[in-house]
Amino acid sequence: MTLTAANGGVLLAIVLMALVTYLTRAGGVFVMARVPIGPRVERFINAMAGSVLVAVITPMAVNGDGGARLALFATAGVMLVLRKPLPAIAAGILTAALWRLVAA
Amino acid sequence: MSGADASRPTPGHLVDGFRRMAPLSLFVIVFGLAFGVAALQQGLSAAETLLMSGLVFAGAAQFATLELWGDTIPLLPLVAITLAINARHLLMGAAFYPHLRDLPSGRRYASLILLSDANWAMAMTGGTTAARLGILVGGGLALWSTWMLGTGLGVAFGSGISEPERFGLDAIMGCFLLAMLVGDKRDLGVLLPWGAAALAALAAMAWLPPHAHVIVGALAGGVVGLLLPPAGKETAP
Repeated sequence: MTLTAANGGVLLAIVLMALVTYLTRAGGVFVMARVPIGPRVERFINAMAGSVLVAVITPMAVNGDGGARLALFATAGVMLVLRKPLPAIAAGILTAALWRLVAA
Repeated sequence: MSGADASRPTPGHLVDGFRRMAPLSLFVIVFGLAFGVAALQQGLSAAETLLMSGLVFAGAAQFATLELWGDTIPLLPLVAITLAINARHLLMGAAFYPHLRDLPSGRRYASLILLSDANWAMAMTGGTTAARLGILVGGGLALWSTWMLGTGLGVAFGSGISEPERFGLDAIMGCFLLAMLVGDKRDLGVLLPWGAAALAALAAMAWLPPHAHVIVGALAGGVVGLLLPPAGKETAP
């Protein structure tokens, strides 16, 4: 299944990609609206919510360079102490930039 | 937070969400710029690139499928990669469902159009249902606007910041999501599911097809959370 790019093929493919993406955005809610939510489902959902982010961040920490790792470390540290996201993120970015300035 | 009306976001909630997401959104310009440049190099026109950023609004999937856009476009890989990368939205939407429950279905599904990692993560950190919806939609608008602005700059000027990693800019999204994750969590009960999620994601990266790791990790964390004894107080919806 291929589309030729000419004659609106690109547009069609873009619309298809947008549709698929929207289905992922709406699909979870669509299913949840039809599932009875007991305490077990709630525990699953609550644990899963944070786990999504853990699973997104893990490769950054594993595949990233020293700067990326230190940045995450600094962010977590500042966040745990200050509980304010902006200083935590700023600390992370500064750490990464400084590390690369020194290491490069 | 009793009646349905109290959970309806007002324009004020949207503006507030927009404002709270604005600082991070500024950095999204850089990602949009990078995408605009890369898409032009791949042979897409400026209009097509802008249309894709505007309609799809999913940076990771747009970057990952970029090499598919040529004289012919293979639809199956396009759909499969888009699905694999964006499948995390399914879980994110499901986790956010309690805050959408009281909305009529039109507004419920419209609220999800701009769901992405950053505004979802911030909306999950707390607040009233209306405030969370304000962050999801208003924050989504902030991210979408700057993503479009960045894409526009990218297709207009061809190249800008050529090495965002030199400035630590590539670390921003990771740091932001981590800050949202750590948030105001104080109970250590989350460490087991999160540890399981990290291990499962690593295992999936090693042994499963690309892009499977987020789903595998998230589901593993959810299952561990399900098996653990109830933590006592749950956050009230």
